[in-house]
Amino acid sequence: MTIAADPASELQQYAHPERLVTTGWLAENIGTPGLVVLESNEDILLYDLEHVPGAVKIDWHTELNDPVMRDYLNGEQFAALMAKKGVSRDDTVVIYGDKSNWWATYALWVFTLFGHEDVRILNGGRDLWIAEGRELTKEIPEISPTDYPVVERNDEAIRAFKDDVLAHLGKPLVDVRSPEEYSGERTHMPAYPEEGALRGGHIPSAVSVPWAKAANEDGTFKSLDELTALYRDEHGITGEEDVIAYCRIGERSSHTWFVLKYLMGIDNVRNYDGSWTEWGSAVRVPIVQGSEPGMVPA
Amino acid sequence: MSDATEHALPTALAEIQEDFLSLGVSDRLQMLLEFSESLPSVPDGLVPDDAWEQVVECQSPVFIHVDTDQELPVIYATAPEQAPTTRGFASILVHGLAGSTPEAILGVPGNFPQSLGLNDAVSLLRLRGMAGMLARIQRQVAEAHS
Repeated sequence: MTIAADPASELQQYAHPERLVTTGWLAENIGTPGLVVLESNEDILLYDLEHVPGAVKIDWHTELNDPVMRDYLNGEQFAALMAKKGVSRDDTVVIYGDKSNWWATYALWVFTLFGHEDVRILNGGRDLWIAEGRELTKEIPEISPTDYPVVERNDEAIRAFKDDVLAHLGKPLVDVRSPEEYSGERTHMPAYPEEGALRGGHIPSAVSVPWAKAANEDGTFKSLDELTALYRDEHGITGEEDVIAYCRIGERSSHTWFVLKYLMGIDNVRNYDGSWTEWGSAVRVPIVQGSEPGMVPA
Repeated sequence: MSDATEHALPTALAEIQEDFLSLGVSDRLQMLLEFSESLPSVPDGLVPDDAWEQVVECQSPVFIHVDTDQELPVIYATAPEQAPTTRGFASILVHGLAGSTPEAILGVPGNFPQSLGLNDAVSLLRLRGMAGMLARIQRQVAEAHS
């Protein structure tokens, strides 16, 4: 059975408050049967340095991706991973991580591809937990392997491929990369030269809303009013039409995907994980350079 | 790289490499963590503020400085404690290049970060950060000896 949602008042403003937990809630619920806490970071050693007591490490790079093909795990691989991490199908999973939960939301997005029902984000993530002086440990918990069912991955609802994006042109697209990547001055993110593309720019008509604008300094999500002002009022993401978000490899846009879908309550939001590393190297797809969204080609 | 142009690694760096390669992958990460915890702290004022060079290839704020006024170059590095992977790489270079001649430092191949057996555990882009540190150390050494 899943565990009752965090009733904290600050979460109730969001469309799906049950997708978030506060640090206080987590501190009180550590050790509750049916709760698994996972840490998903960009820096692979952070967990080993110290982590929330009882938390289990999950690594986006080596564990969530297929080791050879550019794709996510298949149903069997995911079931094996969950079994190894001690996650049962009806467990409540809380994920937290570094960098405003950037990688935690990425892991949550992958869990959602497999329809894991109750998966939540720790609002504020690792940094807020540490800033509040909460308990940390180096101790690696002993995991009792579980029997997780093989569930086929369902990409349709929340994942967009390149052809989906081509068919989507004319509807809202959100580019969550840095302004330099959006304009095409850079073909890769500052400091990530391995994740480049052959051409710079953005997908025609995509609006530029760098992902971190949705996060406060302390790593928590901005208030619903602030998010609405940013996405709806400033950039026209009203939720009346389907939305696709993208970045470079689909991780930063997982953060935006989470915000649009669960905090603002837009039903049809997909993450284009091929993102700029695919689009910017694909042959004969339209590209716009400069700081304006540009027009969809006729 | 052809044998004719290959330089032997400085002894300490070669030992570190050998230690990494003798371990299984998860123990290699543990060793990288130990390196990150043993990055020597730099006493305040030892390196003037404007002498630090940021390693922009690293996503975290990492700074290096090579003191080339000594008989042998002395490498200093700082990196946040909450960036242990980057810190570990900085620490490997600080420890592995300590006591080396400028020639030996300049002879370390640019692909050294890929030779520690960490490629499967740490994504290539993180290894690029270490390559950036190495290149900047080498450039500072080369400038002082040109």
